[in-house]
Amino acid sequence: MTMTKGQAGAPPSPAENAAPPERRTHIPGDGTAHAAAVERARRAMLDDARPRNRTRIGADVVCEALLLQGVDVFFSYPGGVILPLYDVLGDYPQLRHVLVRHEQGGAHAADGYARVTGEVGVCMGTSGPGATNLVTGIGTALLDSVPMVAITGNVPSALIGKDAFQEIDINGITLPMTKHNYLVRDANDLPRVLAEAFHIARTGRPGPVHVDITKDALQQETSAPHPTHDEVIEGLPGFRPNMDANGRQLKLAAAEIAKARRPVILAGHGILHARAWDELVAFAEKAQIPVAHTLLGIGAIDETHPLSYGFMGMHGWKHVNRAIQSADLLIAIGMRFDDRVTGNVRTYAPYARIIHVDIDPAEIGKNVAVEVPIVGDAKRVLAALLPMVQAVDHATRADYFAELAEWRRDSEGSSWHGSGAWRDGLLSADYVIERIGDLSKHAATYVADVGQNQMWLARYAGFRGPNTHVSSGGLGTMGFSVPAAMGAALGAPERETWAITGDGGFQMTSQELMTLVADKIPVKIALLDNKKLGMIRQWQEIIYGGNYHSAHLPGPDFAKLADAYGIPAFRARTPEEVDPAIAAAQAVDGPALVWFEIAEEQNIFPMMPAGKGLSDLIEKWEGADE
Amino acid sequence: MSGDASSNGRTPSDPVAPAPQSPHVAHASPPARALPGGGETRRHTLVAIVLDKPGVLNRVSSLMRARNFNIDSLAVSHTDQPDTSRMTITLHGDDVAVEQAAKQLYRLIDVLKVQDVTSDPVVAQELALVKIRATDGNRAEILKLVELSKGRVVDLAGESVIVEVTGPESEIDAFVALVRTYGIKELVRTGSVVMSRGSSSIEEAVKR
Repeated sequence: MTMTKGQAGAPPSPAENAAPPERRTHIPGDGTAHAAAVERARRAMLDDARPRNRTRIGADVVCEALLLQGVDVFFSYPGGVILPLYDVLGDYPQLRHVLVRHEQGGAHAADGYARVTGEVGVCMGTSGPGATNLVTGIGTALLDSVPMVAITGNVPSALIGKDAFQEIDINGITLPMTKHNYLVRDANDLPRVLAEAFHIARTGRPGPVHVDITKDALQQETSAPHPTHDEVIEGLPGFRPNMDANGRQLKLAAAEIAKARRPVILAGHGILHARAWDELVAFAEKAQIPVAHTLLGIGAIDETHPLSYGFMGMHGWKHVNRAIQSADLLIAIGMRFDDRVTGNVRTYAPYARIIHVDIDPAEIGKNVAVEVPIVGDAKRVLAALLPMVQAVDHATRADYFAELAEWRRDSEGSSWHGSGAWRDGLLSADYVIERIGDLSKHAATYVADVGQNQMWLARYAGFRGPNTHVSSGGLGTMGFSVPAAMGAALGAPERETWAITGDGGFQMTSQELMTLVADKIPVKIALLDNKKLGMIRQWQEIIYGGNYHSAHLPGPDFAKLADAYGIPAFRARTPEEVDPAIAAAQAVDGPALVWFEIAEEQNIFPMMPAGKGLSDLIEKWEGADE
Repeated sequence: MSGDASSNGRTPSDPVAPAPQSPHVAHASPPARALPGGGETRRHTLVAIVLDKPGVLNRVSSLMRARNFNIDSLAVSHTDQPDTSRMTITLHGDDVAVEQAAKQLYRLIDVLKVQDVTSDPVVAQELALVKIRATDGNRAEILKLVELSKGRVVDLAGESVIVEVTGPESEIDAFVALVRTYGIKELVRTGSVVMSRGSSSIEEAVKR
């Protein structure tokens, strides 16, 4: 059978599909008979696939490169100058194209996919507005060091600089917010550029790479071969990440660890990037050092592990911040002493000497001065350090651990509400999060939005495994959760995926509900609706003297909204309604939404006001009987 | 940076590791942690060897702007290698801040080598063209000054002379100050270019 463009995986036309929109799915293990039939048909089609009788053009190179890099799904939206790519996509049925409803959703989806898989996520868009819509997602990936390749079309090279239709200097825009970027005007450069882009995105400290391709390059015939891995490395003489630590620095670190009596490990996102979670636990256990984690370090250690001490920083646990403030040694691994972690650096961990392990030399000494800098990959550094540290008996640190345990009881007792309700019988958000964690057996992927919901999730879901928590930590991108959960669900289809969002963030990217339906991506959305921009309201209450300008945020009837998209919606207003609503959403085969109407004026405590230090946590506010 | 106690800029009373404190003492008044980049600022000279790719100058200048480093001068030219360029960057900052600038530069894929030559013995030269207002009355006087300053007249016109001076930045500063009384119509300076004395070579140090 000779495949023609029309046959190659094109979606059924809307007319013949007026009934329920059953779409092909490539999700393995979806379990339905329909999915199995689609999979069989797809395989048969792959075996039969023959390229159309035409020459190879730049757009083919892009598809080939994606396949060579192991990409099986990408998120995109068509437009004028990227159409040459869409013209050949049908010839590559192995590539699953997810048609998002806005390019920002595509970028976040690629980001979510990358975070749960550790692989490079791919998103695409056209020139001009398509490209600028990707920018927020690219920035999100940069600040959180997420491996991503963003591909955009650009106007034909002859029109560059002429203010052509939908032309914008997207290369200039993404330059300061990518690890590297390219403008390709010649199809013969495409194999090399794309291979470099993937290599740079995933190697060393991961990050986003943007490849801008002119329309004529996408259409240009080329026979340029794809480079080998060695050729790629040879072509990048300025990119040689230092993976292995300096032995002398390791010795200094081991000596510091041997001397320390109140050490604390600060585990960051780098543990997850380097897949160093086993090495982290082995190291912590041998040296008997408690492990605190950053927001993006969640999942580096099972929170039920005896040495896991909890979440640090501005809205972290008081006991964790207390331990940091009284530590004599901080062993920071794959984290960057962000201002949300340190507060005022002048008063941060005043008694601690610091060992800082990071793969990016520029992170060391950037925000805090450190005693022992170690540049290297977290996995290799921890593996090398393990035999160099002395095994410590739990009993030798008995006093220290007893004190830490007491602080923990104290802090969990004061800021954990746990009643199932808050004031006036209104639903408490932390209770909702705790129930979602329990009912999903702490084994789902949990994707946060930004604001109070993000902090409630970080504190109360109870994370057990790596890459189960996805959150926009650095850029703090509202609207992140639903599209990122879309990518996360495709990246880890064996797990349930929950998007935890507030009513503000949800309204920023809710157009992707249609993508969830069309592609049958089974994301469960927990909408924590306080009819407010909760974090804004909290800051206005505490720091701006109760001047609530624009904190009140009216929303639509979210159940009707979900219904309009064909997504089953459930509602919970009282503690008794919480469990059944969660269970009902879990029972849906496909996306579902749970609308939790939570207390409108609940604050998240403790809180470190901006500019203050970790010892200055606010734990309550007048009127709030936390 | 080494592992010694002084490198964090704090002055603990105990020169060895601070003794573990009671947590309650943490709220008394511990010494403030030093902020990186809070030290004494001075002028630094960085030499960078970069791949000669389109946009590399933009990458470097964009990074310096975004990271809040203030460049005094930036000189770019080809090197003896066909695919590399050399940048001489002068900027103000303390040692830690400038080290941070160098490390940020290394993050650029097109940057091959960065070296802070501030404390190295170097030859540092700058070229300036100065268009000086000249009249029949003072032209001879100006030409005499130029000669004494080892400058070179490269253009003579009815009411002006263009003088080329080359030398360390301070010499050019001095010359410019000297001729300012006659009136400077136009001034252009290249910014410093530097090269380490002796046989060591930053170009040869670039790993290829």
